[in-house]
Amino acid sequence: MPAEVYLNVAVSGLLTGLVYGLMALGLSVIFGVVRVVNFAHGEMMTIAMYIAVAAFSAYRLDPLVLLVPIAAVLFALGYVMQRGLINPFINRPEHSQFMLLVAIALIMVNGLLIIFGPDAQSVQTRYAFDSFALGPLIVDATKAYAGAAAVVVAAALFAFFRFTLAGKAIRACADNYLGALVVGLDVKRLYALTFGLGAACVGAAGAMMVLLIDVTPPLGPAYTLLAFVIVITGGLGSMAGALLGGVLIGMTEALGGLLFTPSAKSMFAFGLLVLVLLFRPQGILGKSPS
Amino acid sequence: MTDKSRRSSARLTRRSFAAGAGAAGILAGTTPFHIGRAQGAALKVGVLLPRSGVQAGIGQDCQRGVEIAAGILKDLKLPDLAIMNGDTESNVEVSRARAERLISEGAQLLVGAFDSGQTTAIAQVAEQKGIPLVINIAAAPPITEQGYKFVFRNFPTAPMILGDAFANQKEIFDAAGSAPKSVVFMHVNDTFGTAMKNGIGAVMPKFNLSFNIAETIAYDPAARDLSVEVAKAKATGADALLMVSRLNDAMLITRELVKQRWTPTAVLSMGPGWYEDQYLKTLAKLADGPMSFVPWYDPNKAMSKQLEAALAKAHPGINLNTNHIYTFEALLIAADAYKRAGSADPKALADAIRATDITNNVSIGPGIKFDAKGQNATLKNAAIQNRGGKLVTVAPKSAATAKAEFPMLAYDKRG
Repeated sequence: MPAEVYLNVAVSGLLTGLVYGLMALGLSVIFGVVRVVNFAHGEMMTIAMYIAVAAFSAYRLDPLVLLVPIAAVLFALGYVMQRGLINPFINRPEHSQFMLLVAIALIMVNGLLIIFGPDAQSVQTRYAFDSFALGPLIVDATKAYAGAAAVVVAAALFAFFRFTLAGKAIRACADNYLGALVVGLDVKRLYALTFGLGAACVGAAGAMMVLLIDVTPPLGPAYTLLAFVIVITGGLGSMAGALLGGVLIGMTEALGGLLFTPSAKSMFAFGLLVLVLLFRPQGILGKSPS
Repeated sequence: MTDKSRRSSARLTRRSFAAGAGAAGILAGTTPFHIGRAQGAALKVGVLLPRSGVQAGIGQDCQRGVEIAAGILKDLKLPDLAIMNGDTESNVEVSRARAERLISEGAQLLVGAFDSGQTTAIAQVAEQKGIPLVINIAAAPPITEQGYKFVFRNFPTAPMILGDAFANQKEIFDAAGSAPKSVVFMHVNDTFGTAMKNGIGAVMPKFNLSFNIAETIAYDPAARDLSVEVAKAKATGADALLMVSRLNDAMLITRELVKQRWTPTAVLSMGPGWYEDQYLKTLAKLADGPMSFVPWYDPNKAMSKQLEAALAKAHPGINLNTNHIYTFEALLIAADAYKRAGSADPKALADAIRATDITNNVSIGPGIKFDAKGQNATLKNAAIQNRGGKLVTVAPKSAATAKAEFPMLAYDKRG
């Protein structure tokens, strides 16, 4: 097989992986700070995708233009969810948290089914069939825009945590919960802010994902699982790890499908996960418990 | 208002109104929908289709065949059918459960279910419960090879589809004076796709075709991204694509062909997807060119014209296709058998179906007749091509309404 085929497929996997990574970044941020695993993560992404579909159907608004407004809506949803529903469960056993979030996920899936029905819906932008030719490399324009947007959003999130007071306060909460309380930080508000930021990430990822795939209400659980695979591979709680995990999973699926059987490409993603769990249980960029 | 009327209206409390409304709702929800209202008890027919999930588009298209059946069956003076709709959710396990539920709710005959895997599960339930199943669409050969007594299929098996497809391809390429040298065979990795893949090895050598299969690529029927599959197909350097697909994947593959800047000389589909209205409408000019080698209708039969007119009236702008034809014929078989049996007894119905001999029908071939296995082995296929949002028949010559366009016009030259 010509080398450019591998290159084309690898670039395609890389770009898709960046969007996967942004989605998983939200999960990693939430877990890293709030210590709650968001089992409704994929479902929140489908909500963002449906917002994009509805806005496109009604007003022909490009999902990339809507990226920030959709992220803002998901931020509000995440903030309210954390303050109203999840906060009382913060100190409860993990199985209680699990049941709560699974219940929220089920409500979301069924709510979407009631509102939008079971059929696949998509967004047909004017660039949906475009591609760029760079020598032998043919890059899908939609994936290129989505991948670039994912990098910008991830960079903005990194900058927020690194350079803003609120970001530093959130990191302080994550590093030392008791210390954060002692110095007078409003931990409950910071947790809600963090959950909102994680939800905003998944909202932005959803706005981009709708350019790549059709959306159906039952899509959520598959992407919740994918987000888990990515953050466990990259390192649970590590932001850079989530992005790296996304890219690795995206490229593994693409190249695995090309080299072996395309219908079994998910198998390669899970194979990578098993290898990571065997040889580096904390994930590639995760911190060792010791 | 008199005292009496006041007392009477006072009896209608909010609670009793709510109870009444609830009861009415339950009744409305469980009462079968009658597609005909002639005299006599209607036969309760459970129609199982993938109305949601990955095959929802096709399931809903099959439903159009159900909707237009009533008027034609009435014109034929056939008995009423009370349709009980069931959704398989494009899932084998759900299909089994829905079949059991419809039977427990009183279905006296089942029709369905478009997909071979789902139909296999329903056939097991039908046989176990002794309720006749008339298959509208499902091509996997084993369904009618199990010795079932209550399962009947008015649809060609995978080897029948392949045999006719290769014969029609040969005819088209001979007429064109050129042919592809090699093809990539891409198929959905489900019961139907696997049956077709297994059949190709046995059937293809008999036709001395001009092309060889450079690569076989199986893919997940629920896949949301087929870029890798198309890249792999393109990399083989093959001239054409030989496809066994569904609707969503057909659209995904077309999008990828455009994005990856590859126009095969031909897309030769031996299954659904490429001729569906949703495909034609969604992809517009990009939908032109693929040829589908499928069970089709004989445009010269009187009932075909009747069915076309009924569809045009109920769903203007929708092309008559395999989904409507075979779903309609399944109901035609049910109504015809019910009339001859004179009873809804499952055994009497099954015996009547076995003795079916309908010549006034829609599909290509001499008519509807079942062999000892419950298979209509007399069906013939046609080759159709997408042209400007319409479907034209290009083979066999006897049924052709246009000459095949080969090779396909490049995607980047379509304006």
